[in-house]
Formats: sequence, C-alpha cells, structure tokens
Amino acid sequence: MMTTTHDEPAPTPGAGEPAPTPRAGDPGNDLSVRGGDSRAGGSGDLAAPLAAVADLRVSFGGREVVRGVSLSIAPGECVAIVGESGSGKSVTARSLLGLAGPGSTVRAARFTLSGQDALGFGPREWRSLRGRFAGLVLQDALVSLDPLRTVGAEIAEVLAVHDVVPRAWRMSRVLELLESVGVPEPELRAGQRPHELSGGLRQRALIASAIAAEPELIIADEPTTALDVTVQAQVLRLLAERRAAGTALLLISHDLAVVASIADRILVMREGRIVEEGPAGDVLTAPAHDYTRGLLAAVPSAASRGTRLTTATPRTRPAPNPSAQVLAGTGLGHSYGPRRVVDGVSFTLHEGETLGVVGESGSGKTTLARLALGLLEPGSGRVALHQRLWSHLPERARRPLRHRIQLISQNPLDSFDPRHTVGRLVAEPLRLPRGQRRERVLDLLDRVGLPPETAARHPRELSGGQRQRVAIARALGPRPDVLVCDEPVSALDVSIQAQVLDLLADLQAEYGTAMLFISHDLGVVHHVADRVLVMKDGRVVEEGGVEDVFTRPRHPYTRALVAAVPRMPVA
Amino acid sequence: MTARPAALLEEARSDVTGAGRPKAGLVGAVGRRLGAGVAVLWAAATAAYLALLLAPGDTVDILVGDGPDTPEIRARIVAEWGLDRPEVVQYLSYLWRLLHGDLGRSYQLQRGVGEILATQAGPTAQLTLAAAGTGVALAGIIAVVTAGRGRWSRGAASAAELVSVSVPPFLIGILLLSVFSFTLGWFPVSGAEGPRALVLPALALGLPIAGVLGQVLRGGLERALEQPFAVTARARGLTERSLVVRHALRHALIPAVTLAGWLTGALLGGAVITEVLFGRPGLGQVAMQAVTGRDMPVVMAVVLLSAVVYVTISTLLDLAYRAIDPRIRG
Amino acid sequence: MAVHEAAAYPSGILRLFLPVGVLLVLALAVAVPGLLTAADPLAADPLNALAPPGGGHWFGTDHLGRDVLARVVHGARHSISIGVAATVLAVTSGVLLGLAAGLSPKWLDEALARSFDVLSTLPELLLALLIVAITGPGTGNVIFAIAVAQIPNYARVIRAQTFVVRRSGYVEQAVTFGRSRTAITAGHVLPNVLGPIPVLATIGLGQAVIASSGLSFLGMGPQPPAAEWGAMLSEARNYLRVAWWEAVFPGIAITLTVACLTVVGRRLQRRIEGRT
Repeated sequence: MMTTTHDEPAPTPGAGEPAPTPRAGDPGNDLSVRGGDSRAGGSGDLAAPLAAVADLRVSFGGREVVRGVSLSIAPGECVAIVGESGSGKSVTARSLLGLAGPGSTVRAARFTLSGQDALGFGPREWRSLRGRFAGLVLQDALVSLDPLRTVGAEIAEVLAVHDVVPRAWRMSRVLELLESVGVPEPELRAGQRPHELSGGLRQRALIASAIAAEPELIIADEPTTALDVTVQAQVLRLLAERRAAGTALLLISHDLAVVASIADRILVMREGRIVEEGPAGDVLTAPAHDYTRGLLAAVPSAASRGTRLTTATPRTRPAPNPSAQVLAGTGLGHSYGPRRVVDGVSFTLHEGETLGVVGESGSGKTTLARLALGLLEPGSGRVALHQRLWSHLPERARRPLRHRIQLISQNPLDSFDPRHTVGRLVAEPLRLPRGQRRERVLDLLDRVGLPPETAARHPRELSGGQRQRVAIARALGPRPDVLVCDEPVSALDVSIQAQVLDLLADLQAEYGTAMLFISHDLGVVHHVADRVLVMKDGRVVEEGGVEDVFTRPRHPYTRALVAAVPRMPVA
Repeated sequence: MTARPAALLEEARSDVTGAGRPKAGLVGAVGRRLGAGVAVLWAAATAAYLALLLAPGDTVDILVGDGPDTPEIRARIVAEWGLDRPEVVQYLSYLWRLLHGDLGRSYQLQRGVGEILATQAGPTAQLTLAAAGTGVALAGIIAVVTAGRGRWSRGAASAAELVSVSVPPFLIGILLLSVFSFTLGWFPVSGAEGPRALVLPALALGLPIAGVLGQVLRGGLERALEQPFAVTARARGLTERSLVVRHALRHALIPAVTLAGWLTGALLGGAVITEVLFGRPGLGQVAMQAVTGRDMPVVMAVVLLSAVVYVTISTLLDLAYRAIDPRIRG
Repeated sequence: MAVHEAAAYPSGILRLFLPVGVLLVLALAVAVPGLLTAADPLAADPLNALAPPGGGHWFGTDHLGRDVLARVVHGARHSISIGVAATVLAVTSGVLLGLAAGLSPKWLDEALARSFDVLSTLPELLLALLIVAITGPGTGNVIFAIAVAQIPNYARVIRAQTFVVRRSGYVEQAVTFGRSRTAITAGHVLPNVLGPIPVLATIGLGQAVIASSGLSFLGMGPQPPAAEWGAMLSEARNYLRVAWWEAVFPGIAITLTVACLTVVGRRLQRRIEGRT
C-alpha cells in the first residue's frame, strides 16, 4: 500500500456540535438510507458517514492524479481539502459525484455514498444522487452558471430534474431559495443572467441552485477564489449558515486561511495523496508534516514582515530614502466613457521604497498602473518621474526614459511574444551591443534563479513560477528605478508566491529599486509594502504606513476590508 | 412572492427576451443594421454599374449583346440609360430607376428584367429553402447525436464532414443522379415538376451545408460541454442529452449564426450549378445564360438581387444572434 | 473496479503522413505528369471510346476514346495551378488590404472594412461569374475571378488578427521597453499577424480548387479539349448511364486533393494553436 489508509471510524462532528437531525419535510428520500449498512462505518458510530471512500485512485490515460485517498464525511460535518494546483483536490471532490472528468478512470477499495455502494453505480444512479444527495458549487458563477440562461431558470432546473416541488410551485420555490441565500429583490434577480449580477450575487445564486434539492452535502470547489475579500467573507458566512442548518460541507481550497474559520477537519493534499489530516485547529497551529508547515509559513501576512517566506528567516534591507522621490502622481484622473475609473489620485514613491496599492476589483488599480507607466494619458493631473514631467510627453520624448520604469504583470505569458524563446525575451529590452547581450541575459537569468539552459526554452514549457521569474529578469534588464508590479503573484500557488516575493525583496535590497506594488491581497501587501494606498471606486480612501493602515484603519471601508480577511488561528 | 411567477416561468421557458432591459437597445441595433444594409445595397448597385462601364467595348454594343441590333433599339437604349447625358446624370438616373423597382430591360430576351426574375424566383426559392432546411436539419441531428459521444461516432461524423466540404457540390449532384435517377430510377433526371423533382437538387445543395454547419455545431457543442457550467448542470443530475439540448445547443448556435453570410453565398452560388446540372428552371439558369450571352442588364439585376437577399438574411440572423446571446445587448 | 472508462485517442502521425504523401504525388503530377502516365491526354481514339477500366487503360477511356488516367494526371496541372495562382493572388492582396486596414487610422480602416463587406455580399461563384461576364472565359480570367472573390476572407482575418496583436500584452510590454512604433510593428505585429497565413492558404487552396472546378464545370474555365477536372466532369455527365468511370475518377481527384489540403491545414492549425 503506497498511501495512508484510514480505517478508523469517521470522526464525530466537531466538539459541541449537536448531532444533526435529518430535516423534516423531505419525504421519499430514498437515497438517505442510514444505518443498517455494516460496511458504512465501524461500530460505535453516532451516525453513518454521508460519504466514505477508501483508497480512491483516479487516473487520466496512464497518469494517476489521485493516488489512494481515503476520506469520510459525517452528516453535518465540514471537511476541507487544502492543496496547491495539481494536488488532485478538485478531482477527488468531483469523484464524489461521479464527475471526475472525461477520460478518467476511478477506482476505490470502498466508495459509499449515502449508504449506497457507488462502485456499482451506472449513469442513472449517479444522476439520481447529483443535486439530491450533494450539490456542487464551483469557483466563478459567471461561467459556472449557464451564461445564456437566467439564474431563475438554472435554479428551477434542479427542482425539475429531481421533481422536488410540484411544477406550479417551482417558481415561488426559486424565489424562496434566492431569498434564503440573501439575494435581495429575488423577483428581479431570478429573471437576470449571471453577467447582469455582481460577483457576490451570482455566487449566491449558484449556491441557491446547489441547495435547491436540499442535499445533505454541499461540495464547494474554490467557492470564493474569484471573489473580492469582502464578498468572500459574505459567501463564507452563507456556507457556514448552511452548515449550521445541518448540511455537511466539503470545502476545496488552495487557501488555508479561508478554510480555517469554517472547517472541522482539514485534509492537506499534495500530488494526489493526503499528507496530513486532522482537526482544523491541530493542522493549522501544530502541523505534523513538513509540507503543511512550509505551506503555513509561506503565507504572507503581517507576521511575516521582514522575514523570508521560504525559509522563515529574518531579512534585512536598506531603509527607503525619503529625500529621493522617484515617481509621483498628482490629482490623477481618468475616465472610460462616463465612468470615472481613477479620480483625483495622488501618490509619491521614493528610492528603495515599496508603495502598496490595495483595492477590490473595479477600484481603478490597474488603470493607475497604466497611468504611472505612461501607457495611458491621464485625463487630469500629472505624473512626474524623477521630478520631471512624465505624463503628457510626446512618445518620442518619453521613449528614451522608458527603461527607468518597468512593468511586471499578473500573467507573464500574455506579455511574452509567443514566438520567442526566453533568451530573446529577456534580451528585448536590453540596449547593448549584440556581443554583450548573451552574457547579460545569462546573468539576469542567474539573478532570478533560472539555469542558463532556460534561455533556449519557450515560456509555454515553463511553470507559472518560472515564467514570472522570466518576467522579472526582463523587467530588471534595463536597470529600472521603478518597478510597477500589477498583481504579480495572484496567479501563483502559495509556495511559488513565496519564492517570487522573496526574489523581489532580494532584488529590491540589492538594487534599491522602488516598487509600486498593486494587489488585491492584503496579506501580500502587508508583507511587502512600506506604505499603502487603499483604493475604492477610483479614489484613495486611506493612505499611510502599512502597519498603521492595516492595524488601526480609520476609514470605514478599510476597516471592512481588514475585517473581511480570513484569519488563521494563532499557534 | 407570488406576484410574478408566471412571468418568470415564461422567462425560464423562452429564455430569449431579456428581463428588465430597455428595448431601446434593440431598436437602435435594428436601425444601425438597416442603415448598414442600405449602404451595402447602394455599394452593390454602384459596383454593378461600374462593371457595365468597365466592360470592354461600347456600352450600347454591350447592352445590345446578341439581341436584335436595329437603329430603333439602339436609340431606345440610349434613351433608357440616358447615355447621351453626362455620366453623373446617367448614374443618378440609374439609381433613381432602381429605387422605383425598375431593373431595366434585357434587349437580348426583349423582356423586362424584373419580369424575368419574378417568373424564375419561385423555383429557386423552393430549391434554396429546401436545401437550407435539409442542411440545417442534418447538421443539427448529426451534431446532437455525436457530440461528446464515443470515438467511433465522432470519427465517422468528422470524416463525413471532411468529405462533404471536399467534394465539389456538382459532384454530389452527379453522384446522386447516377445512383437514384439513372440506376434506381426513383427520381426524375431533370425538371421542376412536383416535389419529387426537388429531392435530389435539394440534397445536392444541402449536403455541403450540412457538412460545414455540422462541423461548427459539433465543435461548439463540444466546447460548451467542457465549460464549468456544464459541470454544474451535470452536478444537478441532468442527463447528457438534456444537457446538450437545454444548455449546450444554444452556445453552439452562436458560432453557427456567424456563418450566415457564408451560408447565403453557398446557397445562391450553389443554386446556379445545381439548376444547370438538374436542368431546373430558376434564377441560376437565368444568371448562367446571362453570363454566357453577356446580357449585362440581367447580370446586374442578379447581382443586386443577391445583395438584397444577403443583406436581408444577415440582418435577420444578426437579430437572431442577439436573441441567442443576450450578453451582447449591453 | 472502473467507474469511468478512459477513451484513448489515436496518434495523429498516420493522419498527417497520408495526406502529405497524396499532396506530394499531386505535386509530381503537376510538375512532370509524364512520370505517372505515358499516354497522351488529348489523343482521341473513337474506336476505343468508353472502354471500361482495365487492360491498357487503368481508368478506362472517355467518350472520345481518350485515356482517363492520362487526363486526370494532366488535369492536375490545370486544376491545381489555377487554384495555386488564385490563392497566391488572393492571399497577397488580402494580407496587404487587411494589414492596411488594421494598421490605418480609424476612418480608413472603416472604409476598407465596409468594402470587404460589400465584396462578400456577392456569393463567390456569382462574383466570379460577374467578372467572367465582363472579361470572358479563360484560365487567366478564372484565376482573377476566384482571387477577387476570396480576397475579403483573407483581408478580414488579417484585419482581426492585427487588432488582437496590437492590443496584446507583449506589444504593450514592448512599449514600456521604449521600442519605437516601427520596431514594434516589424518585430511583433507583422510576424504574429502573418503566422496563421500558411494554415489559411492551405485550406483556402482547397476551396479555390473547388471553385475553379465549379467554374470549369459551367464552361468558364480552360476551353476544350484541355484536360481540367471540372470540365471533364461536365463532359462526363452526358455519359453517366454508360461510363461511370469518366465522372468518378476526376471526381475522386478533386475530392482527394481538397480533403488532403484541408486535413494538412487543420493539422498545421492545431500545432500552431497548441503552441500559443
């Protein structure tokens, strides 16, 4: 046996939790056959598990992505699976609905769902379970709900498939469901399509469709990942409410902090295996496995300031030079049509300093970055680079100065010409005679921790973290005074994110580069920034030293933002 | 709570009319579309007129063509086309006549062009509509039956599609003729009498359309079935068939609708060849004879008519597109 | 115990080698038809007319007693070279017009885009007929007619691609490196816009071969007794009852050519898409 097996009975729900009672009013639920099945659990169980899987293996073609996972979920329990991309967490969760994906082969030593042996299930049995026994909530309702249909029709579909309520009551049931997940004006919203709703509302609608047939289990796969932090907090609260009402929850996330507040038990997955499992408090505060420990240490936060994330050792860096202003914006404004996306924003950035910009989507962060880079002419106000006018210059005059301010964006692949090798990409911004370029390219690759062979490769063959290193090498090439980093680590797994943040910090310490660091992630900004601007609807609502702003926020919006950040229990 | 469930139910059924959206956007879109359509028609009329001017030789000679050539007829041509007046006036009077529905006169056939087209439009309309119906129906059935299915049925469908885009349309006609008319004797070899005479021409014209459309629909269905919303729908307990019919098909229609222009062209161009091959009367034959005999007034009228059909169909399908994909209303 | 069974996919190698091989044979037929057949495609032998395949004539003989195999082989030169010439003309003009539209100021772009629209309101075949009506039948005119009819397709794709590339992240990044507009256009925009052209041209060549055979079928192309696949089919349809081979072999030749071009084009496309 190459994996951990879990033969002990399913843990009882978290301490102090009342044993959930089957809800009244679901007659004819032939799926919830409880008890009486000797295979379903050991003796002494309070309740048979909703789902019990032993030695689950899922492969695509010859590639095994889930390698012997065992898990059980008791009624009313919240189990979280945490892992980085490629860990197999999503496939594991979807297997519970028989939806591992096209071309998959699923094997298990035991596969019991709601007291039934799922190993012999045909398509009909699977379908009768889907939506009824377990509802699925995916990442982004904009694409997880049919974008061409109204959310009302989507919810009604669940009711129709499982014949939950008589046809004539279906629509009033849809409205009740929307109301129960906190969607205001349900009559109006039911007739709208996902793109007409805000991110939070459509995620609620997605949850409404998942719970429409009153399943005993909600499987939520990264349910808050695409959401702003304040909306994430609302959706997590909603899931917690469902759980309090007795529905079990299987939560899949890459983010330990997200699951910390809600999970009873946490399973940490890596490369298709469970490396650690236990009550949430234990896993988060006293992790037993190195991988879990590394994962926890890699999360940037207030506590990680001044340390290297990858090694958890202190790091020193020269203090910013407050007398040498390198970049400044004064009263910047910009509109797209009638919408004012940046409105009266001023900032200054000094040599060796990191200025964080936080805000939710639509707050104008990226437009601010483009204004700073001189890619966009401000409608009002001005930008100065080294105390000289930088905006409103003719492009011809700006071009020779452009190397002084460079960009690192969220998705490096977009910023690479798809035909070019890494070497050619890194060489592009260099203004050196041909003979000296290669040496400089190899030197730059070395500085960002990439071997020289990388120069001959194409970025699409590289991992996300390696690509971001290439982007950094490219931006460093012209020896800029200012780096504009627009969500540079948002697309990366937490361990890779830690490496990239450490790299940026090292390079800043070495070269004294100033950074305009834009992120939606308060933890990241708290970790890297000296000062911070908080943006909302194109305006700066609060600004100051990062400790001041995040520990003693003055503006109500900042307070809401800080309060919404999911917190880890302190060890 | 029970205030509007009926309306909501209808919404869920039809799923086409947007709720709470002002109709002004639609009216504006229709207006823009019509304006563009008129501009295209004007440009097509001008292009046809330029073709007449560019054709080598004296304009009167060209208009006479192979028809009777008498001084009276020449005088009549000069008067009707205003060839004795300045060129700008000629052009404007040509447009003016078109605006009044006067397509001119064929001096070869010695009949009004409008009259010729009117008598021949019926059989061509029958043929193209029957072919479009056949093509769309076949494509839809093949796509729905094979999308997301096993390797064999998908492979067979894609092979059939490849053949149908690679075979010249007239070859399909020749094969159908030699099998079903000459060998089996099931259908008449030529003519346009009765519905039986329509079967083979409609198939010959419809099969290539089915191939291309089927390919696009199947691709669209397969992409739609890989989207997250398809996972969500499966997770509700939907069967694959109802997932295809209720969700994916509509997504697949979006790229299919953008083929409207191509489809119109394939039908109109294919009608020429099909009518010639099957000896059917119709606009295709008229066009063919006009080109062979260089009967320019008829050629110009056919060009205009085809532009009218194209603009009408693409306008209608553009509106259909907005109904299928409400996201582009914003 | 398998809950789901995996579906395996065949390798694409066979699917690529076969059509490429066919295309090579075709190229040979165009270049040196004498290598593939010794018979004269124009030599009539009325006493031996409509002989079925076999014996001295693998593909039989036509209504004038000409060797069908020889006519199919020599026909490749007419049919394919018309297609190639039309495609080259259409691609060149289409690319230039599309680039002109994509890189021009808005008003010029709009004007060009509308003119592509007008051109494509006429079905390809009708437009070609209109041109032949003006210029008269013949090989050169058919090439010109097909090329004009296909220009808007290429121009549109290139225009759209130009917009995509001009708004791409890598062009923006090149701006931040301080590179000039000319350098960016030459270094990034052109190469990435022109990338899909081999694919388009390969598939377009197939469609041009179909279009040229259609025009020849209607008697607009190379005039008899020249061997051209479409014209051969046109003659053959009068003898369908007695000599299926006179129609079937040129028909297979067209279909095989177009199918192979289409398959190779799609394979190329998949490779390019897989890369980016």
